[in-house]
Amino acid sequence: MSSKQIYQEVILDHCKKPRNWGKLESPTHKAEGINPLCGDHIWVTMNIKDDIVDDIQYEGESCAICMASGSMMTAKVKGKPISEASTLVENFRSLTTSPDWDDKDKSLGSLSIFAGIRDLPSRVKCAMLPWHTLTSAMKSEGDISTEGEHDPVPGSGTDRG
Amino acid sequence: MIDFKKIEKDFPILSSQVNGNRLVYLDSGASAQMPRSVIERISNYHAKEHANIHRGVYELSERATASYERARSKVARFLNVKDPAEIIFTKGTTDAINLVAHGFGRPFVKSGDEIVISHMEHHSNIVPWQMLCEEVGAKLRVIPITDSGELDLDEFENILNDRTKLVAITHVSNVLGTINPIKKIVSTAHNRDIPVLVDGAQGAPHMKVDLADLDCDFYTFSGHKTCGPTGIGVLFGKRALLEKMRPFEGGGDMILSVTFEKTTYAEIPAKFEAGTPPIVAAIGLGEALDYLESVGMDAIEAHEKTLTDYAYQALQTVDGLSFYGTSESKAGVMSFNVKGIHAHDMGTLLNDEGVAVRTGHHCAQPVMERYRVPATTRASFYLYNQIEDIDVLVASIKKVQKIFS
Repeated sequence: MSSKQIYQEVILDHCKKPRNWGKLESPTHKAEGINPLCGDHIWVTMNIKDDIVDDIQYEGESCAICMASGSMMTAKVKGKPISEASTLVENFRSLTTSPDWDDKDKSLGSLSIFAGIRDLPSRVKCAMLPWHTLTSAMKSEGDISTEGEHDPVPGSGTDRG
Repeated sequence: MIDFKKIEKDFPILSSQVNGNRLVYLDSGASAQMPRSVIERISNYHAKEHANIHRGVYELSERATASYERARSKVARFLNVKDPAEIIFTKGTTDAINLVAHGFGRPFVKSGDEIVISHMEHHSNIVPWQMLCEEVGAKLRVIPITDSGELDLDEFENILNDRTKLVAITHVSNVLGTINPIKKIVSTAHNRDIPVLVDGAQGAPHMKVDLADLDCDFYTFSGHKTCGPTGIGVLFGKRALLEKMRPFEGGGDMILSVTFEKTTYAEIPAKFEAGTPPIVAAIGLGEALDYLESVGMDAIEAHEKTLTDYAYQALQTVDGLSFYGTSESKAGVMSFNVKGIHAHDMGTLLNDEGVAVRTGHHCAQPVMERYRVPATTRASFYLYNQIEDIDVLVASIKKVQKIFS
């Protein structure tokens, strides 16, 4: 699939109409995600009740891949137990980085379009940033940065100069 | 009159395809392509001429040594430097600047002294000076730039003072394309006896550089931006400075004698070339400079000016496009953004059309911060680019806009 198709089919829909866009007023969990390499800067705010993602919002300035990934992510994890959200993070990471990975139980649904990102290694970090930030929010570790994250894609930074 | 249409055919890679489209290579500012003559020279060296240099007394070693030293003389000729000993081979521009930061900076810059750079420097002409300043307690001063991307020369004069130990400035901005008035900067600094280092990574590949005329104290450039291989770069330094500087690395080839009590260093340039150098890369660079000179640096500069003027007009037909760097004195580097499209999305989608551009902060984050953008798209031109390449670029940008509309 060409990157043009990826953009056309899913990504742009979510960029033009991002789902769950904004910041919750008094979230129980939140995190800020920064990719200093391309200037992406996002926020994930969540209300977690009884270990369930009761509400989640996402906002920020980023490229289309990061934005669409964040929009689809919020739609996917809303209402799910946090244990399942954590599994989804791992599955999404595998999807975007491991060529042999197979989403046997179709857990990712329409997010599987991001498998095409594997052909664009320099953009994997763009797609992963919302998910890293989600992980961080669930642990409420505070600010996160994809720099120094140990993704199984060596040298995948977009702009190291 | 050079036929620049034919030049393209000298570069084998330019006939390749990307995603079913002709490769339109517009990232020479990051790394230039190699002409066939350089590729063959490198290959022949490996097949027929390789041995270590400055060591063996046998024929191959003598020949490799002669080729390596001939490359040095070619660099000297290319920069109009009379004494080839003033040419030091390095790994690249970054290495050359670090060599000066170490060899000149550590012994001669003291606490309270100042180093002057500009707001348009590449990280390689910022970080080595920052590290030096931190280590010795010196201060980094920054010449501001204007909205059009030019140095504020009045402010430059105000910044200089009795504590200024060095001015380190880029010849041509790798983001804005601005060609800085080096001669004027050098004479202003020299009036106060301050030496000047010029980062020529984006200068030397694209225009005639006459160091006898510019009179700067250090000049650096990289082989791979000059149609040569990676792993080789050049530091020119005036003999008097190089001689009093400290060696950067210690090891073989940079010594006169070694005992456990004391080592006496070799004369320049060997003093700064410890260990086995990238012999083939230096020879490849020499061949690349021969190639560029056979075309003519003035002709190359004029060709790039034609491309730049054309691109400036053609890109203005794109709705919502803004340029960064609009100086009258501008090399073939066009940085821009298109409203509503992040530079990385632009780069990814242009690649679908076979167009290779650089996207991001271009190792110049202070420039991004100055213009308040996270990233830009940059198209940079070289002698092998054609007007048609710019037409493809502009048409492809418009296609990307359609996807986003």
